[in-house]
Amino acid sequence: MVSIVVVVFVISFLILMSGKTILPKFYKLFSLIPFTLFFYFLYYLSQVHSEGEIILKHQWIPLLGIDLNFRLDGLSLLFSLLISGIGTLIYFYASDYLKHSVYINRFFCYLGMFMGSMLGLVLSDNLISIFVFWELTSLSSFFLIGFNNEEEDSRISAKRAFLVTGLGGFFMLAGFMLLANISGTFSIHEMMNSSEFIQQHAYFLPILILIFLGAFTKSAQFPFHFWLPSAMAAPTPVSAYLHSATMVKAGIYILARFWPLLNDGLYWNQILMWVGGITMIYGAFHSIFRVDIKAILAYTTISALGIIVFLLGIGTELAVYAAVTFVLIHALYKAALFLTAGIIQHAVHLRDISKIAGLWKYMPVVAIASLIAALSGAGIPLTFGFIGKDLIYETTLQLPKWALLFTGLAVATNALVGAAGFLAGIKPFLGKLPTYEKPVEVPNLVLWLPLLILSSLCILFGVFPGIADRNLLSFAFDAVYQGETEIYLKVWHGFNQVLVLSLITIGLTLVLFVFNRYYRKILNQVEELENFSPQHILESAAYAVQRFGFIYTRLLHNGYLRNYVLVIIVFITALVGYRFFTSIPFALEMKSINHFKFHELTLFLLILTAIIFVLRTNSKLIAVASLGVIGFAMCLIFVLYGAPDLAMTQFSIDILTVVLFVLVLYKLPHFLTIKNKKVIGRDALVSVCFGGLIMLIAMESLLFPADKTLSRFYAENTYVLAKGKNVVNVILVDFRGFDTMIESIVLTIAALGVFGLLKYNAINEEAD
Amino acid sequence: MQSMKKQTKKEKKENQTFKEFDLIILKTATNYLIPLLLMASIFVMLRGHNLSGGGFVGGLIASIAFVLHSFAHSTKKTLSLFKTSPKFLIPIGLSISFLSAFLPVLKGKPFFTSLWSSKPVAVIGSVGTASFFDLGVYLVVLGVTLTILLSIKENV
Repeated sequence: MVSIVVVVFVISFLILMSGKTILPKFYKLFSLIPFTLFFYFLYYLSQVHSEGEIILKHQWIPLLGIDLNFRLDGLSLLFSLLISGIGTLIYFYASDYLKHSVYINRFFCYLGMFMGSMLGLVLSDNLISIFVFWELTSLSSFFLIGFNNEEEDSRISAKRAFLVTGLGGFFMLAGFMLLANISGTFSIHEMMNSSEFIQQHAYFLPILILIFLGAFTKSAQFPFHFWLPSAMAAPTPVSAYLHSATMVKAGIYILARFWPLLNDGLYWNQILMWVGGITMIYGAFHSIFRVDIKAILAYTTISALGIIVFLLGIGTELAVYAAVTFVLIHALYKAALFLTAGIIQHAVHLRDISKIAGLWKYMPVVAIASLIAALSGAGIPLTFGFIGKDLIYETTLQLPKWALLFTGLAVATNALVGAAGFLAGIKPFLGKLPTYEKPVEVPNLVLWLPLLILSSLCILFGVFPGIADRNLLSFAFDAVYQGETEIYLKVWHGFNQVLVLSLITIGLTLVLFVFNRYYRKILNQVEELENFSPQHILESAAYAVQRFGFIYTRLLHNGYLRNYVLVIIVFITALVGYRFFTSIPFALEMKSINHFKFHELTLFLLILTAIIFVLRTNSKLIAVASLGVIGFAMCLIFVLYGAPDLAMTQFSIDILTVVLFVLVLYKLPHFLTIKNKKVIGRDALVSVCFGGLIMLIAMESLLFPADKTLSRFYAENTYVLAKGKNVVNVILVDFRGFDTMIESIVLTIAALGVFGLLKYNAINEEAD
Repeated sequence: MQSMKKQTKKEKKENQTFKEFDLIILKTATNYLIPLLLMASIFVMLRGHNLSGGGFVGGLIASIAFVLHSFAHSTKKTLSLFKTSPKFLIPIGLSISFLSAFLPVLKGKPFFTSLWSSKPVAVIGSVGTASFFDLGVYLVVLGVTLTILLSIKENV
C-alpha cells in the first residue's frame, strides 16, 4: 500500500515533467488513477468487514521508532474511498474545465500530490508519518489554491491558507511529541491500550489543546475559519475537492482518529462542543448574505465542519454515528454543488447569484442534479441529507444539559445552510434569462457526468441508506467508537419530535429562500463586522511581527559586512571563552610545540607574510591575492597532516573564491584605509582575543586524549558495510548521507537566493 | 562635435578588437584545458569511493572548467554550452540523489540503504546507489556554483 501512495506521487511528477507533450484531451485518462485506487480500496472492503482492521507494516527509520505502517480500518477506508472516489470525478471534471489552461500539467501534478498526501494521511498509523503527510497536504493545497498565480488575490489566499494550516501543523507536531513521549511509542494503535494512563497524565490538557489547534486550523473551525472562504480563489474543481472530501476533512479525520484515545468525557467534550457549535452557527449565518456562489458554499462548508466537530464533541454513540454519516453526506452534496458552481461559471463567466438566472433552459440535466444536491443539503426527505439531519436532532435532544439550546442552534444552522444551498444550487436556474454579454456555453458530458453521479448517490443513499450503512459507515463507526452498535440508518422514524423539528427546519429554509432578496441587502453591515474578525486580528499581528523584524534588522544587520563579522566574532569569543575558562582546568603543554619542522615553519611564515600584506596594502587586488595565498597555505597544511580530501576541496573552493572576488572587485566600494586609531585598536583587540582563544583551545585539546570510538567504528566498517575505502567519502555519501542530501538542498536554496536577488536587481535597474 | 563622436566610436571599436586579441593565449589554452578539467572532475568523482575525491570536489573542478571558459570567451557563450541553463542541473542532481536513496525502499529496505552491484562494471569499478548519490551531489554542486558565479558575472 505504501508503494501505491508512492506511485501516485511519481505519476504526478511524471505529468509535470511531460510538459506540453500530452494533449489536453488525453488528460481525461488520468482519472483512471484515482479510479483504480477506488477499486483497490473497495477490494479491501470485505477484508475489513471480516477482520476489522488490516495493518501493513513497512520500515522507515526503525532506530527512531518511525515507520510507514499503514492501517486500514473502517474510518480510513471511508476516507480513502471518499478521496479516491470523489478524486476520480474531480480529475475527470478538471480535464475539461482546465483544457484551455497553459499549465494543465502543473495542475494535475499538484492534484496528484494532494491526493497522494491525503491518502497517506488517512492510512498512516505512525504519528510522524501522519505529520509528514499532513504538511504535504498543506503544501500541495498551497499550490492548488494559488494555481492562478498571476492574480494577486489568488497568491494571498494561497499564502493565508498555507500559513494558517501550517501553523496548526506545528502545534499538532508539538502535541504529537508530548503524546509520544508519555506513551513511549509513535504508533497510534499501540497507544490505544494506554489511553487511560494518557488521560490521567499531567500533560493531557496541553496535548489535547495542541492537537485540537492542528485539527481546528485545518478544518476551518472558528476562529481559524477565515482561510477557507478566501481559498475559493482556486479553480473550482480544486474547491470542490478541498472543501468537500479532503483538505478540510483532514482535521475531522484527526479528531475521529484520536476519539477513542483522548476522549476523556470532560475537556474533549466541552471544547469540541463549544467550538463546533459556534463554528456551525457562525458559518451558516454568514453564508446567506453572500452573493458569490463559491463564497456561499465556502461558508456552508465551515458550518458543516462545525456540525461534525460538534457531534464528535458530544461523544455519545448516536453522535458519533451521526458524525460519521454526516462526513459522507456532506462530501457528496457539497462536491456536487461546487461542481455546479463551476459549470455555471464556465457557462456565463459569472458567480454573482443576483445576476444569474434562468439557466434551466440551457442545462436541464445540471439543473436537476443541482436541485437534488441542494435538497440533500437542506435535508428534504428521500435524500441522504434528511437521514443525517434526523440523526443530529436525535442526538441533540438526548443531551443531558443545554439540550434545548443546542437543538435550537442545530435547527437554525440547518435552516440557514439549507437556504444557502438553495441560493447556490437552485436560484441560478430559476426565473427569466437575463441577457449576457457572451452567449451561454452549454456544458458537455465531461462536466456534467460527475455531477450527475454525485447527485444520484445522494438519492440512492437517501432511499436505501442500508447500502452505505451496512457496507461502510457502521465499520467507520466501529473504528471510532471501538464497539458494535445497534444503530442503523432508516428513512422513516415515525411521528415524533425529530420529525416535527425536521418540518420546522424545512419550513424555515423555504421562508429564508423565498424572501432572500430582502435580507441580502444588509450585506454591507455584515461586512463591517470583519474589522473585529480573527482574520483582521491575525493579519495585524503578522504586520506587527514584520515591523519588529524591520527594526531588528536595522539595528543588527545594517548592511556593513565588517559589522556583521565583528558582532559574530565578539559573541563567539565571549560564549566559547566563558565556557572554556569556567569549566575546564587550565593547563598548557609546551613539549609538543618544540618539534617544529622546516616546512612547517616555512608555511607559517608564508601565512604570516600574507596576513601582513593584507593588512598593509592599499590595493584591493593585492588584498585578494594575499587572501588566496593564505587559502592555499591552508591547503598545504591539510595535505601535510593527512587530510587530502579536505585539501582538494579547499583548493577548488579557494580558486572559485578568488575568481568571485576578482569578478566583483571593481564593483566594490572604494578601498577603505582606516586611519582612526580607535577603530584599529578595537579590531586588533577583537582579533587577538579570538585568535588567542582558538590557540588555547587547540593546545588544550592536545592534553585530552580524543575519544576514538567513533573514528574506529568508521575505519573498521567503511569497507565492510559500505564497500568503500575512502572513509571521508563513505561517511559523506553513505553513513551520513542524509546530512549530505540536506546540505545539497541548502546549497540549492543559496543558489536560488543569489539568483533571485541578482535577477531582481537587474529587473529593477531596467525599470529605472 | 560629430567628428569627435565618430572618433570615440572608432576608438571603442579598436579597443574591442584589441581586447579580443588580448585573450588569444588564454582562449587557446582553454580549449585544451576544459576537456582535461572535465575529465579530471569525472575521474575525481569516480575514484572518490576508494581514494580521495568525491562528488563535491568533482563538481567544484567541473565548475572551474566552465568559469575558465566564461573568462576566456564570455558568459553568454558559456551559457550557450548548456542546452537550457546550469540552473536545471540542480533539480536533476537533487532528483538523482533522492532516487538513489529511495531505490532501496522499493526493494523493501530502509531509506538510504546502500545497494551494490555484484559484478564490477568495466573501467568504473563496482557501482552502487552511493555512486549515483555522489553523481547527484556532483551535479548539484556544479549547478549551484555556476548559477551563483555566472549570474554575478552577468550582473557585474
